[in-house]
Amino acid sequence: MALITANWNPLGEAFYRKTELYVMSWNLRDGLKDCLVAAAPYGGPIALLREPVRRSPSARPQLEIYSASGVVIASFPWKSGPVIQLGWTVSDELLCIQEDGSVLIYDLFGSFKRHFSMGQEVVQSQALEAKVFHSPYGTGVAIVTGSFRFTLATNISDLKLRRLPAVPGLQGLPSCWSVLTQDRQTKVLLVIGMELYILDNTSCTAVCAPGLSPQSGNVVHMCVSFSYKYLALFTDTGHVWMGYSNLQDKLSQADTKVRTPPKQMVWCRRSKSQQPAVVMMWDRLLLVVGQCNDIIQFPLESQCVCVGELDGVRIISATNQELLQEVPLVCQDIFKIASMAPGALLLEAHREYEKSSQKADEYLREIKEQNMLGEAVRQCVEAAGHEYDPNTQKSLLRAASFGKCFLTDFSPEHFVSTCRELRVLNAVRENSVGLPLTHTQFKQITLQVLIDRLVYRQMYQLAIEICRYLKIPDYQGVSRVLKHWAACKVQQKDLSDEAIARAVCLKVGDSPGVSYSHIASKAYECGRTELAIKLLDSEARSGEQVPLLLKMKRSQLALSKAVESGDTDLVYTVVSYLKNEMNRGDFFMTLRNQPVALSLYRQFCKLQEQETLRDLYNQDDDHQELANYYVSASYREKRLDSRLSLLQSAVDEFNKAKNDFAAKATEDEMRLLRFQKKLDDEKGAGLLGMSLQATMETLLVLGLYKQTDQLYRDFKVPDKRYWWLKLKALAEKEEWDELEKFSKSKKSPIGYLAFVEVCMKRNNKYEAKKYVSRVTPEQKVKGHLAISDLEGAADAAIERRNESEITTVMARCSATDRLLMERLHRAKLSIAKK
Amino acid sequence: MACSTSKDSPELPDFSLLKRLARDQLIYLLEQLPGKKDLFIEADLMSPLDRISNVSILKQHDVDKLYKVENKPIFSTSDQLCFLIRPRIQTVKWICDVINADKASGKCRRYKVIFTPQKFYACETIFEEQGVYGDVTMDEWAFYLLPLDNDVISLELPEFFQDNFVAGDQRWVRTAGSALHLLHSIYGPLSKVYGLGKCSKMVYESWREKVEEGDQKAQNSEIGTVFLIDRDVDFVTPLCSQVVYEGLVDDIFRIKCGCVDFGSDGSSDKSVKVMLNAEDKVFNEIRNEHFSNVFGFLSQKARNLQRAYDKRQGMDIQQMKTFVSEELKGLKQEHRLLSLHISASESIMKKKTKQDFQELLKYEHSLLEGFDIRECISFIEEHINSQVSMIESLRLLCLLSLTENGLLQKDYRSFKTQYLQSYGTEHLLTFATLKQMGLLVEQQQGETLTVMENQVGKLVNNKTAGKLTDAFSSLAKKSHFRALSRKLNLVPKSDEDYDLRVPRDMAYIFSGAYVPLSCKLIEQVLERDGWTGLEEVVRLLNGNEFVVTGNNGATKEAQRVILVMFLGGCTFSEISALRFLGRERGYRFIVVTTAITNSSRMLEALLVDHL
Repeated sequence: MALITANWNPLGEAFYRKTELYVMSWNLRDGLKDCLVAAAPYGGPIALLREPVRRSPSARPQLEIYSASGVVIASFPWKSGPVIQLGWTVSDELLCIQEDGSVLIYDLFGSFKRHFSMGQEVVQSQALEAKVFHSPYGTGVAIVTGSFRFTLATNISDLKLRRLPAVPGLQGLPSCWSVLTQDRQTKVLLVIGMELYILDNTSCTAVCAPGLSPQSGNVVHMCVSFSYKYLALFTDTGHVWMGYSNLQDKLSQADTKVRTPPKQMVWCRRSKSQQPAVVMMWDRLLLVVGQCNDIIQFPLESQCVCVGELDGVRIISATNQELLQEVPLVCQDIFKIASMAPGALLLEAHREYEKSSQKADEYLREIKEQNMLGEAVRQCVEAAGHEYDPNTQKSLLRAASFGKCFLTDFSPEHFVSTCRELRVLNAVRENSVGLPLTHTQFKQITLQVLIDRLVYRQMYQLAIEICRYLKIPDYQGVSRVLKHWAACKVQQKDLSDEAIARAVCLKVGDSPGVSYSHIASKAYECGRTELAIKLLDSEARSGEQVPLLLKMKRSQLALSKAVESGDTDLVYTVVSYLKNEMNRGDFFMTLRNQPVALSLYRQFCKLQEQETLRDLYNQDDDHQELANYYVSASYREKRLDSRLSLLQSAVDEFNKAKNDFAAKATEDEMRLLRFQKKLDDEKGAGLLGMSLQATMETLLVLGLYKQTDQLYRDFKVPDKRYWWLKLKALAEKEEWDELEKFSKSKKSPIGYLAFVEVCMKRNNKYEAKKYVSRVTPEQKVKGHLAISDLEGAADAAIERRNESEITTVMARCSATDRLLMERLHRAKLSIAKK
Repeated sequence: MACSTSKDSPELPDFSLLKRLARDQLIYLLEQLPGKKDLFIEADLMSPLDRISNVSILKQHDVDKLYKVENKPIFSTSDQLCFLIRPRIQTVKWICDVINADKASGKCRRYKVIFTPQKFYACETIFEEQGVYGDVTMDEWAFYLLPLDNDVISLELPEFFQDNFVAGDQRWVRTAGSALHLLHSIYGPLSKVYGLGKCSKMVYESWREKVEEGDQKAQNSEIGTVFLIDRDVDFVTPLCSQVVYEGLVDDIFRIKCGCVDFGSDGSSDKSVKVMLNAEDKVFNEIRNEHFSNVFGFLSQKARNLQRAYDKRQGMDIQQMKTFVSEELKGLKQEHRLLSLHISASESIMKKKTKQDFQELLKYEHSLLEGFDIRECISFIEEHINSQVSMIESLRLLCLLSLTENGLLQKDYRSFKTQYLQSYGTEHLLTFATLKQMGLLVEQQQGETLTVMENQVGKLVNNKTAGKLTDAFSSLAKKSHFRALSRKLNLVPKSDEDYDLRVPRDMAYIFSGAYVPLSCKLIEQVLERDGWTGLEEVVRLLNGNEFVVTGNNGATKEAQRVILVMFLGGCTFSEISALRFLGRERGYRFIVVTTAITNSSRMLEALLVDHL
């Protein structure tokens, strides 16, 4: 295929090719002359600042942002200070490093995001040069100041400025310098005349490039490879030294025969490169210098910019953009003229097959004889991945598919995934999208990042289609894109809140992993509170709505949402927030409408702020609760007078609550307390705080019968309880005479069985007997049994002719009571007969 | 127990895994504070901790000394203090006091507070207010579930009842949800959910949210069905005197975390602490028995044991050897357990078989049946007058109010006066709480209530009336026990003899007088596979019923394993009833409860505290 190898240039054993990526869509009047250009790797966007060195202080240079294909994304006049360097971060943000050391960050669309400064020192001494670099830690910035000191920030999203130590003897700008990332450390490699120095956090070390003879002259230009592994040095005698950036080994040295330092020098290599090379660019000349000392020359028509990539160099000119790269080995194998590699034969076989020629069979047979058909298919698939032209891709893939038919157990996975990925890559390479990613680069940045990049460019539709096409789980794919889309949508100023909310809800629906509260907070950030509230309505998890609602000062709504969520912690968060934000009255009013929050707060107050509790009830005119509060407060109070006054407050509140019963009970309590106090003072009885019952009990124990009677009358103690009390107390004291007197004072309201039982409890059978005769007939049997008088019980039972009572007595009889048993038995029979 | 098993009950899942998980997590948390440390444990966490770990395990992980968290200065010399506590404001305040005291005396230590089962924001604010937020590191020990037995799991959160049903504080709802989620993630998707009660509904919601947040793996489920029930659906059952052995032991000796202290009765002076669970073979056979059968069973057992011992006579040397090596140990063990339970039963007999207990049961049963209410009222009056017991009197009053749908105004007032005079006026607050709970209320004149209800009904649409409705709903919190009892046939006909040895139905746990409402509801719902046909019952119970049927991944076997979660506690009698139901119907019930409760625990939670 002559066509394909036409742009191949041999360099030692390998070939280098320049593939056109785009005819640039932009229309640059003055080309790239006098421009500060920054193009991000991985097919990133291009930023252009015209005439950075102003002719007059009032001049406003234009800052333009283009996609890699030259489609304009943004353009605006630069109003800030003089810019010395532009650069892109890994997340497609534009860094504009100004002379005064401040770094302004813009997004792809030219809107300002934030800024930071490279340190106080820079403000005075100015930054002379700056470089933007990428490392595993993110995007970094390095500058040299007017006092020739280096300052580094390894990761601008976690800004930590490091001022590197001074370089001894450095009186002007170093002739060239570069940032290295080695051993997880960021260092600066610089050249002063013939000397090389490595500058790290703590020291400045002189180093030398192995095998670089002094005759080669002074180093005037240097470049580090994409991976920071290789270093190239250009001397003023036109020599290029290539080696490892750790300066341990040299790879080669070549003579370019050009004495002027190149405008740009970039490594051009790929993993498994056969022939790594350095690309050097002058105004009208581009040289590719390989390790084998071979040189390829390309004349340039206009000024260009080189962008080092993972697997090549992009060359951007005013009119077009090309990719310069070593031809991958597999492509060489297939396309090299007269190649007999299995892939080449398979491609040929397929071509013949399409022509319906029997030669196809011959080629196929040849591959099969060598048992290489699997290898052939693999080669074709792999080569297709490396080719930029869809037609070439297609013919390779068709050949692979054709070859696959003759294989029985060949895993189609590689083939299928390559087809899919190429389809995606071709789509993003489109002029309108402008992401000229190679397959190798795509594999490196991963699909996730590709989707992110599309999202940064607001190409949501394409991103979603890719997600769907590659069947990425929603959570990582479509939902993520939708999230960004919605966040962007809410910023559209020309649409009404209503329209945006509707559009967002319609698209997002209930996609998993898209949080409406997140979208709403974006809306709030750009000042659209109403929209934010509308969007929050769609948030299913009420808990998620709360923080934003609080932020928007919709505290009432926040509270009800918190309550709805059932998360008491959240409710409490809101409550304590409201407590600080609102005045007390409003706060209580708010709580009043939210019983859940109210009871939560009450619980808290019970333990923390009793006083607040009272205010809370007061506000609600909840007299009943207020009264209860006073009652419980009174029990915490030790001093009698304050206790009484609290109880009086309780009485008042009970009255207001129309709870006359409780009011009366509380009044009684006050009366009792006073009574107790009096007796305590008089007799030292220690009654204070006892219940009425306990008071009476104690009084009885103390023998203060008169006072007991007084209480009995004053508090209208029911006879029954009083009798029980007195009975027990007297028995306890074994005042049997007093007890007998008491029993005869009037007819016992609790009967006399109680007397019997109580006496028996004190094991006084003698006393108990006295009362058995007074027990009512119904309880007579029980009474007799209580004092274990079986005869008496039997008599009573028989007299009452009560069958069940007789049975009860019989149950108590033991074997020795034969006579009694018989009597009972007879009685029972006689009752039964009737 | 002799019963006709219709189907074989399925196997129970292995819950010891829960203990292992909790232990491992605790060890991990302790290791987060490397080096020697003193451990301060919340008093009521001691027993649960004992069940999953022991002192030597703690010592292995650099715990030096163990203390109880108390409201007093500490005397620890360690420079690292670790507190293991419930998320209670009170406890957090005590810890703040400790830290502030250290600061005042210039002592510098590291403090770690481990909240279990979770941390509350309110606790953090206390640390903040007291100015020690920066001095402590906080962690959560997700010790949600403690298996008390092979079919009983407890959250060990007695305050759930009080916080949720008395104070209206829903902070534990999410805890319960998390506990369910834990079971869900270990024992497989719980596909079918029935529930009754407002709290149940919220717990279900919280659990569902957690399930949806996490990734759902397909796995074999060991538990198919879940039944959630609020304690306030049925207050009658826990207020009844328990007469099944395990319940009776709990009523008298208080089983704490599966362990009981039989006290120093009988021969020895030392107190006897015993674990009560299925591993105790003797206990396992009598735990669900009506107490009247227990003695007979035990003496039968004793006779068998004697016979086994007697086998020794007439053995030759060889036989004797085998006997000693194989049987004797088992017999000795059985002997020990047997004598233990016999002495326990004896002391129960002493306390409970006296006339007054029988009489008490008689009146309780009359209340449940609704006969001779006047007599019951005089009995309760007498009960208060003779000052038998503060809690017992209150219990009877509540039972009376619940079964009679409130007390007549005259009775209510007189009871209240009697009670206040006997036990102190502060119980005004206790009565206020009981009224709010609907446990002890005054009967409303029929008309006035309906008028009020109507007015409220009209206002319901109006949002501002929300508060008003709340206020009235407590008034309207009527107990419809009588109607429910009729509808569900809770009180078996009393004219036939009930043989407690061969129970007919779940009523045996209350001597055949009453089928526990909670268990009856579960039985009915399982039988009907939902709430259809129970509309009227549900209405009487204030609604809030629900059924959720998920994708049914559970096997037939697993569907018969039913997890019943009591929110607010359950009694041993209810567990016994469910075990009986399980044997009858071929189900296997797993009871998950926020805590084991009984009448005294429940009422004590409602008593006014002097704090």
